[in-house]
Amino acid sequence: MIRPEEIVCPTEAGLYCPPGGFHIDPLRPVPRALITHGHADHARPGHGAVLATRQTLDIMAIRYGEDFTSRRQIADGPLRIGDVTVSFHPAGHVLGSAQILIAPDNGPRVLISGDYCRTPNPTCLPWEPVACDIFITEATFGLPIFRHPDPLAETERLIASMAEFPDRPHLVGAYALGKAQRVIALARAAGHDAPIAIHGALKRLCDYHVEQGIDLGPLVPATDPEEARLILAPPSAFASPWVQRFRDPVLCYASGWMTVRARARQRGIELPLVISDHVDWPQLTATLQDLAPQEVWITHGTEDGLMRWCELQGLPARPLRLVGYEDEPE
Amino acid sequence: MKAFARLLERLAFTAGRNAKLTILSHYLEATPDPDRGWALAALTGTLDLRQVSPSLLRRLAGERVDERLFALSYDFVGDLAETIALIWPAVPAPGPEVSLSQAVGILRETGKLALPAAIAAMLDRLTPPERLAFLKLATGNLRVGVSARLARIALAQTGPRGVEEIEEIWHGLEPPYLPLFAWLSGGARPEPASAAPFRPVMLSTPVTPAELAPLNPADYLAEWKWDGIRVQAVAEGGLRRLYSRTGEEIGAAFPDIIEAMDFEGAVDGELLIRRGTEVAPFADLQRRLGRKTIGRVLLQSHPATLRLYDILTWEGADLRPLPLTERRARLEAARFPRERIDLSPILPFAAWEDITRLRAAPPAPVIEGVMLKRRDTPYIAGRPRGPWFKWKRDPMVIDAVLLYAQSGHGKRSGFYSDFTFGLWDGADLVPVGKAYFGFTDEELRELDRFVRKNTVQRFGPVRQVAPLLVVEVAFEGLNRSGRHRSGIAMRFPRISRIRWDKPAAEADHLETLKAML
Ligand SMILES: [Zn+2]
Ligand SMILES: [Zn+2]
Repeated sequence: MIRPEEIVCPTEAGLYCPPGGFHIDPLRPVPRALITHGHADHARPGHGAVLATRQTLDIMAIRYGEDFTSRRQIADGPLRIGDVTVSFHPAGHVLGSAQILIAPDNGPRVLISGDYCRTPNPTCLPWEPVACDIFITEATFGLPIFRHPDPLAETERLIASMAEFPDRPHLVGAYALGKAQRVIALARAAGHDAPIAIHGALKRLCDYHVEQGIDLGPLVPATDPEEARLILAPPSAFASPWVQRFRDPVLCYASGWMTVRARARQRGIELPLVISDHVDWPQLTATLQDLAPQEVWITHGTEDGLMRWCELQGLPARPLRLVGYEDEPE
Repeated sequence: MKAFARLLERLAFTAGRNAKLTILSHYLEATPDPDRGWALAALTGTLDLRQVSPSLLRRLAGERVDERLFALSYDFVGDLAETIALIWPAVPAPGPEVSLSQAVGILRETGKLALPAAIAAMLDRLTPPERLAFLKLATGNLRVGVSARLARIALAQTGPRGVEEIEEIWHGLEPPYLPLFAWLSGGARPEPASAAPFRPVMLSTPVTPAELAPLNPADYLAEWKWDGIRVQAVAEGGLRRLYSRTGEEIGAAFPDIIEAMDFEGAVDGELLIRRGTEVAPFADLQRRLGRKTIGRVLLQSHPATLRLYDILTWEGADLRPLPLTERRARLEAARFPRERIDLSPILPFAAWEDITRLRAAPPAPVIEGVMLKRRDTPYIAGRPRGPWFKWKRDPMVIDAVLLYAQSGHGKRSGFYSDFTFGLWDGADLVPVGKAYFGFTDEELRELDRFVRKNTVQRFGPVRQVAPLLVVEVAFEGLNRSGRHRSGIAMRFPRISRIRWDKPAAEADHLETLKAML
């Protein structure tokens, strides 16, 4: 029977599967890549071949152009690659996001979580528990201070602020893939029917979500600052002169990092919204209990906290300390 | 408690004064008694609660959370109360929402021995934002950037009463202020329960020579404008109180003044440090401010005095309706212990040119200009335009180099509007202060463009810029300061001119600023 380290091992380019001859979410161009989801730190252009969900492939094409790889393959049902069988399972993180299970014929099954979230999210399929022996997890929010509140309640705070300051446009910083569409869907669920203005950088990904059947309601470009009351933009836009067109805006930011006040203050945010598409601490620890793997490997995040928790639970764990996955695109 | 937690959170992240007022007044309108009264007390600093030490909080957290996980979390968050609020484990059935009044009750009434268990039980019943609000109350540090005055202005916005009217009765009231809220919604005016109440003060407006020219000099009295602290000294019915101009009681820091208040009435004047006939600079007075008690040594080395210029009540009579000249006569007829209390002299003048001369050459550095007061006006609370003018001496200016810029909030969102500037110290530039205003909107756009074009490094929202741009900084005075690297703190600095024409090498040196001390 082969050891887990022979199935998946950390390398300079990211996680590598020797018996399958492929990388998972590689950090640099490789001959063959399996991609969990479309966030820029996981999905990079320039690989020889890419295997991912249909939506992740579409998103990569939108971001990088149709020639982001020479060969693409849609992950649909279990697939034999080299000496292993791989399958993709919903991760509940963003549209198209998946966990990847690698099963050798004779050896431990390794599940790679990618980024995942167990809070219901109208923009993607819900996370699915997958039986495994080795669980390779992210730990973006791997400290017990992270308990994300109900995202709808957070959105209601935004709606309440808009009612309190009807003359001030509310500008929400949200990552272009996933977070932006989720905030829009949440605002709709909270009863905001009026058109929502979006920064140009969000347009194509919003359109794609609509094509995929996700109702985002009326969206308008954020070119006429006089008309829009609720505007979404990528957080990076806040530091650019683009913001100057809005008169006395309330700067909001939707991210799990907004739990910590210093993070919000550092960005000059007036209304922090704790809306995350990652597992928080209770979900992360519950997942480890639910899956009950023989071993936990931690790819990236605040792994010290999760390591300590595993130690207290008597669950064997090791940090892979993969560098290159930012903690910011959240 | 949920609404109070939301209030604190919004205030903590809101920089704009008007936005703060909106948030506060909405809260006061929407929240029932007595919760809103306790919130008002917390914000105005009139809430006397049992204080909980950080070490007790750490111990409580240690009983619930693994020590290593706590340490990692504290390290990440950087604030003890916030860490505990976030990390405190949720209990399965916390019960119904706790009211602010209940939380305040626990902190007011629990004995020292029972306190740790009571706090832990309270934390069990709260959500994370509520826990943070509760812990901020318990550690006596709200840090939401709201002054007592701002809270009272917000209160005034909720009803038909002006802030002066509220301040007039404020001091006699106690949390949770039920009679006050009843009055604001149309009930009877609460009579100041205590003797020696504060009376809202009359304030001046700035004036320019051009604005003075058409006025008749004979209608005005002139006095020096002293660089001290405006106070109201009230001795009535055996009680003696010293108030700041917003009605905060500051007598505890000035027992020497309180002792000398051997009269029956309310008088208005300037609090100063005076040694013999010589009035000390403002920095000396600062050493006596904000203290709960005062040591014998400081009392001896920094003796406080009152320099009076008005009289509001005297031996039971309200003198405020009288014209200034009559009030002045009553003030001059009153007897005070002269070593502690004297009168601000009237400056003789015939024409506005005389005032210009006086203002240009005051006899003491602690004089910051001239006051002009109409002879015939009564004492009117607030800041009416016309009866009282202040004509300040010209500000000091220095040419400094722009070093850092930070983006602003609200109306200045997206603009680099908060500037740090420095002066030459040998071959180095030493930061000496920060300025947020003084420039026009057009100049702000130009400064923003300069910052973006000349950024050399970024630290979060702060940009370091290449030391190329000289700005003229105007300021009202200088204090020595241990907290500033330069050893000097400027008072009221603002950017008075942008010197696009001047090379950075020709900006001023730190010695020049030190010589102005
Ligand atoms: Zn992601
Ligand atoms: Zn990630």
